[in-house]
Amino acid sequence: MKLTLKIWRQASNVSKGSFETYELIDLHPEMSVPEMLDVLNEQLILEGKEPVAFDSDCREGICGQCGFVINGNIHSPEKGVTTCQTHLRSFKSGETLVIEPFRAKAFPIKKDLCIDRRAFDRIIMAGGYISVNTGQAPEANSTRISHELAEEAFDSAACIGCGACVAMCKNASAALFTGAKISHLAMLPQGSVEAGKRVKSMVAQMDAEGFGSCTMTKACEAVCPQGISVANIVRMNSEYWKA
Amino acid sequence: MMNPRIPEGPLDKKWEWYIAKARLINPANRRKYKVIVVGTGLAGSAIAASMAELGFQCEVFTYHESPRRAHSVAAQGGINAAKGYKNDGDSVWRMFYDTLKGGDFRSREANVFRMAECSMALIDQAVAQGVPFAREYGGYLSNRSFGGVQVSRTFYARGQTGQQLLQGAYQALMRQVALQQVQLNTCHEMMDLVLENGKAKGIIARNLETGELSTHQADAVILATGGYGKIYYLSTLAMNCNGSAIWRAHRKGAYFAAPSWTQFHPTSLPQLGNHQSKLTLMSESLRNDGRIWVPLKAHDTRAPQDIPEEERDYYLERKYPSYGNLAPRDISSRAAKEQIDAGKGVGPMKNAVYLDFQTAIQRDGKETIQKRYGNLFDMYEKITGVNTYSSPMLISPSAHFSMGGLWVDYELQSTIPGLFVLGEANFADHGANRLGANSLLQACVDGYFIAPHTVMNYLAGEKPSETPHHEFGTIERLETEKRIQRLLQIGGNKTAEQFHRALGTILTKECGLAREKSVMEAGLEKIKALQQEFYTHLKVPGNAKQLNMELEKAARVEDYLELAQLIFHDALQREESCGAHFRVEHQTPGGEAKRDDLNYQFVSAWEYADGNFKLHKEDLHFEFIKPQERTYT
Repeated sequence: MKLTLKIWRQASNVSKGSFETYELIDLHPEMSVPEMLDVLNEQLILEGKEPVAFDSDCREGICGQCGFVINGNIHSPEKGVTTCQTHLRSFKSGETLVIEPFRAKAFPIKKDLCIDRRAFDRIIMAGGYISVNTGQAPEANSTRISHELAEEAFDSAACIGCGACVAMCKNASAALFTGAKISHLAMLPQGSVEAGKRVKSMVAQMDAEGFGSCTMTKACEAVCPQGISVANIVRMNSEYWKA
Repeated sequence: MMNPRIPEGPLDKKWEWYIAKARLINPANRRKYKVIVVGTGLAGSAIAASMAELGFQCEVFTYHESPRRAHSVAAQGGINAAKGYKNDGDSVWRMFYDTLKGGDFRSREANVFRMAECSMALIDQAVAQGVPFAREYGGYLSNRSFGGVQVSRTFYARGQTGQQLLQGAYQALMRQVALQQVQLNTCHEMMDLVLENGKAKGIIARNLETGELSTHQADAVILATGGYGKIYYLSTLAMNCNGSAIWRAHRKGAYFAAPSWTQFHPTSLPQLGNHQSKLTLMSESLRNDGRIWVPLKAHDTRAPQDIPEEERDYYLERKYPSYGNLAPRDISSRAAKEQIDAGKGVGPMKNAVYLDFQTAIQRDGKETIQKRYGNLFDMYEKITGVNTYSSPMLISPSAHFSMGGLWVDYELQSTIPGLFVLGEANFADHGANRLGANSLLQACVDGYFIAPHTVMNYLAGEKPSETPHHEFGTIERLETEKRIQRLLQIGGNKTAEQFHRALGTILTKECGLAREKSVMEAGLEKIKALQQEFYTHLKVPGNAKQLNMELEKAARVEDYLELAQLIFHDALQREESCGAHFRVEHQTPGGEAKRDDLNYQFVSAWEYADGNFKLHKEDLHFEFIKPQERTYT
């Protein structure tokens, strides 16, 4: 199949960016979007041009490293899918794809489609953990957790930190990401002890990083490749008021 | 002869006594010592967090933008622990025996026993960190079964166990970063190891965002950089997985053990086209309920639904009735290859076998199966567009886990004093094959429970380093600069990726699932030719002082081209079949692997010697069990 690609090119964080247009003719529907960019890059390198810098690693939708905006869709025109799991069968031959990086003040562009999401790490650093040292844990079955609760905690813990929620939000809010971590840990008996301290410092860090506030339009939930629910934001807010 | 420094005493007391006798450093003095950790997967994050908790200074390097992206995140199925919760006869001893047998009696008794022993504390640790393992309705932890065993000892968090365990380790690490006990360098790649008086004392790192090289000094260096299965190009590994850090250490004197033992995972998705960059793994846990089959007749082009029961060959159930679809990975992979080679492969490229859930859905209902594997089925549908509830999956073997790696002794120390190697980057616990759900375990216990004791024991004999003198690492840094310039200046007409693909094709065909002397000798020559071509035809765009992913790739492929030669040497040397290493010259009349304990009951550890690989042997002694023929029938 044949596609026209309009890709955002930006040499560095301080330079100005613009769209460049490329034509690819020998594509196959079973290729993934990153594989399509591999083909483009090979072509560009052999023509003596700079390849497009883009992030993708596991290509299984779990590492959270990939993520572009394709024709205005965060990650993918398909629902619940990361960019690396978007295949060309999602598009029609002859179509034009406009590809640009996730945009948010707290995610500076590094180069082309690569962005810096280390703000997420700093939110986790602020308290997104259970304060337990190695080698002192009690017997695992002494902490009983009901099947339902374990499943619910898992639903929150499944976040891959890709940043789609931030990129989709009109305020670039990180409430879904932060809410998911706060919920996961607060829900479990092991993490509930320091829940109050955690939510206060994580929310403060989220604000300090320049993420906007949440207005509950649920756009984040709609684009989350892991289907993380906005119920996590509600839980974060209730933990916050409790604290 | 290599000395693995295994402590004296009964098997179940070795580790306990080691800890009791290991040297300590008093808490006030620990802060004077610094360790460097390279890699932030399960092993790396765990050791960094653990050392920091003890009070040591710790500097961590990862080429990822965040430690949370390490490839441990992708492990799906589960983690083993001999908790015996199921009352099904499991014990540390049984786990030890299963693992040793699964590794085809090519691993160390003492290491394997210690892994089984530490497995229980690991589950406790992970639960305390908030890992949401699957639970029974009464609130107790749930288990399932994995290949190569007859008990249910695998703990799991849906199909994302690796992700959840890594979250736990990553969070523990970030807690220490916040406490300023750990200095975290993301987007940094280790380029070289720095030795002083023969001891590992630091590294040269490259900032992947700016291209800047920097020198870092410490009292010990810990490599936890994962496996090199990506050398096969098409593999289940993430695109950036590589062997460069351990290869650089190997060039500096660390012996490389069993490089040719790369496991081929039996339940990966098959290659579907020629532009494919990797293969996706489907969890082995699917084999608990999925039945593997091919059409009885070769070149059968009917859709799976149109092939009646009596015209299907459930070859694993037929050949290995007591383990069936849960036969170990090497056996299942080879059995699939046999079927595919006999023209019974299915799918568009005729390179796959069916993994079918119809029997289980009829028996347990769709809802139950959905609960067990729903997310894996979703993932399969996302990739292939096929719904597994109505049509079987296509699966095929693919390069996966490196059982080989840097040689380490019982203390996880390499042949370079002060250089410790953890997790998949070392060779230690798996033998010639690894059973499912043991890789997460090994990475975790190495990082949380073993290395903290052994590294402290080493440091206690060292004087803390003073502020680095200005010559520290200058030679290595200069060499790295020259190396990068050399790669940039070749100015040819082929990309690093093209070389990697060519390399992978040669390895897969000529040193893959089944190996033969003459084929391998030809393969080795091809690799040498490819390496020459690399130095004349490589093209790397851009320069060294910028984010340059092509340059990163080129350096990794350069290392792979050397490592590939060692892989061939190792595979040629071992005139026997064992685990992942199957030599067609050495098989039973029934086509099974034929081990040669008399001549090959040793670990091959290779010295670099300027590219002339020199073999050293570590004899394996089986004091507590008797190696037996490895049957699963």
